[in-house]
Amino acid sequence: MMFKMMMCKEATHLMSRQLEVPLTFQEKLSLKLHLAMCSACTQCNQQFHLLHQTGKYYERLIELDAGTPPGSGGDNY
Amino acid sequence: MHQVTAEGTQDRMQRLVAVRPRLVSFARLQLRDLARAEDAVQEAIEAAIEKDDTFAGRSGYETWVFGTLKYKILDALRAQRREGGWQPLEDELDEAAIDRQFQKNGRWEQEARPSNWGNPESTLHSERFWQIFDLCMTALTDTAARVFSLRELMGLSAEDICRETGLKQNNCWVILHRARLRLRACIERDWLTEKT
Repeated sequence: MMFKMMMCKEATHLMSRQLEVPLTFQEKLSLKLHLAMCSACTQCNQQFHLLHQTGKYYERLIELDAGTPPGSGGDNY
Repeated sequence: MHQVTAEGTQDRMQRLVAVRPRLVSFARLQLRDLARAEDAVQEAIEAAIEKDDTFAGRSGYETWVFGTLKYKILDALRAQRREGGWQPLEDELDEAAIDRQFQKNGRWEQEARPSNWGNPESTLHSERFWQIFDLCMTALTDTAARVFSLRELMGLSAEDICRETGLKQNNCWVILHRARLRLRACIERDWLTEKT
C-alpha cells in the first residue's frame, strides 16, 4: 500500500473525533505525523481542546461568581 | 445555633443571586431562548431553596445548583423537541460552511488558517473570551449549538446525545466537527482582532 499524506481538512476530522472515541493506531499515527508538519493544524488541535474544556470552566466561573474561596474549585488561583 | 443556620441560609441566598446571571447565560446557550432559559434557572433555584437546610455548613452548593440546572435544561430541551421547536437536524449536514475554510485540495484557505490564541489557561479565565464564546455560539445554527453544548457544556456521551436528539452517531460526529470548526473560526476572528 502506498502511503499518502493526510490533508488538513481530513486531519480536523480526526482531531474532532479523538475527543469522542479513541482513534485507531493508524489514525493516531497519521494525525501525529500531520501535526508534526503543519503548524496551522497544531493550532486548530489546541483550539478544539480548549473548546473541549469549556464545560469544566463554566463550573469554575460559577464558583467564582459565588465568591467561593479559592482552592475549593480544585484549582490554583 | 438557630442564628448560625439563618446566617448560612442568607449567605447561600446571596450566592444564588450572584450566580444567577451566569446560570441564565449557560441555559440560554442551549435552549436558544431567553424566557425558557430563565424558567429553567428559576426551577433550579427553587429546588435549591427547598433543599437549603441539607447544605448547612457544607460546600459544593453552587455545583449542586449547576447540576440541577443541567437536568432542568435537558427537560426543557425534550419539551422543545416534542413541541416541534427544533429545525430538521439534517439541515446541518450541508458542507458549504466548512468548505469555505479549506481549499479544494484539503489545505486551509490562507485567511482561515488557525493562529495561536495564547495561553489556554488565561484565555479561559478572560471574561471577554466568554463574551465572544457566547456570541459565536449564538451565531451557530440551532442544531450545531445544541449538539455542541450537549457534548461540551453538559458533558453528555455520544450515546446520550443520540438518544436526546434522535441523531445517528455518525451524524452526531459530523455535526460536532463542523460546530467546532465554525466556533473556532468565529472566536478567532473576534479574539485575535481585539488582542492585537
